[in-house]
Amino acid sequence: MYPASFEYLRALSVAEAISMVSNNEDAKFIAGGHSLIPLMKLRLATPSTLVDIGRIGSLSYVKDEGSQIAIGALTRHRDIEISDVLRSKAPMLAHVAGMVGDPSVRHRGTIGGSIAHGDGASDLPAAVLALDAVLVVEGPSGRREIKATDFFKGFLETALGADEVLVEIRVPSDIKAWSYQKFNRRAQDWAIVGVAAVRNGTTRVSLVNMGATPLRATGTEAALASGASLDDAALRADEGIDPPADLNASVEYRRHLAHVLTKRALSELG
Amino acid sequence: MKVTLTVNGKQVSRDVEPRTLLVHFIREDLSLTGTNVGCDTSSCGACTILMGGESVKSCTVLAVQADGAEITTIEGMASADGTMNAVQRAFQENHGLQCGYCTPGMVMASYSLIKENSNLDEAAVREGLEGNLCRCTGYHNIVKAVLAAASEMGA
Repeated sequence: MYPASFEYLRALSVAEAISMVSNNEDAKFIAGGHSLIPLMKLRLATPSTLVDIGRIGSLSYVKDEGSQIAIGALTRHRDIEISDVLRSKAPMLAHVAGMVGDPSVRHRGTIGGSIAHGDGASDLPAAVLALDAVLVVEGPSGRREIKATDFFKGFLETALGADEVLVEIRVPSDIKAWSYQKFNRRAQDWAIVGVAAVRNGTTRVSLVNMGATPLRATGTEAALASGASLDDAALRADEGIDPPADLNASVEYRRHLAHVLTKRALSELG
Repeated sequence: MKVTLTVNGKQVSRDVEPRTLLVHFIREDLSLTGTNVGCDTSSCGACTILMGGESVKSCTVLAVQADGAEITTIEGMASADGTMNAVQRAFQENHGLQCGYCTPGMVMASYSLIKENSNLDEAAVREGLEGNLCRCTGYHNIVKAVLAAASEMGA
């Protein structure tokens, strides 16, 4: 399957990338392309212009900045998975990056691409939500920071402006306990439901594939804050959430999985 | 758009439409048909090649993205005199193929896996090849072959 025709431009700096998409609402950025190219092959995305940011070498890094780890948006999943800094300071992110797709996919896909794509069924968006990450974006008027909590807006829709590039992901380095539960039926599949749980004083829980975006399990979080048992807190994982039904799971089954996986995640936090 | 790649050690330049997928460039422009198209949705791994020494699924890379890259396909695995690579030989010796359709991708993904991991055991091989499907379900001997190649390559 060929994608529909498009014009291809290659940016060698963030500033150049931003200028290439200005005045062109149909333009899309491409990095590893492992979210976008499949959509283009299905003709679900038909951008008029692709701006390739994959060669901006300055956006691939993992930096230990004390209380936070800064990760360049073009860092590939494989490099996050094996980063010594992340493995010791933010191990959940390294673990979750290692669960994306399969090794060949992880050689190409980037953390920024996965987050900017904003798929509610992907692993990394839910992980950064539970980690309370800060997303740094750059546009024509400079950089701004968006909390992960405010980033995911709707189905494949984020708070990124059309002329903004996600440049950095900042995650806390002092997480005390974490768990990531991914339930699928075949090895490399996407999660039918997934749960990310992080304890850092309070406990934050986020859900994969329970809605159009990654979602916080606010019912569970509130229950834990008011001292509920793990069992009772887990049973509120889907509170206020309207999960989708598809070939893999009915609405009821997704709710059931959210309860079970949240219980497992909370138990693993200890 | 003109792209220049190094494929199996030889530099090649072609004019391509930006939407040309790397797998089609390899098969149709370069006539290297050892790389197969299977699912065409980055699931099955039949189109796996090495790009910069790492396994990638060439159905999910644009040829223009690979401009300047070093590519190795299954045709580049044997030496010039036809001596098979350790992974190819291990697949032959362990009967690591049945119909053969997944084999080029399996060999490329296995080679990359062995290069990246120094302590492969059966579980690590099975997990490392999760992105390569064998519809004959001949996994048992594939895993045996990869472990044999890994020990020969000093992993």
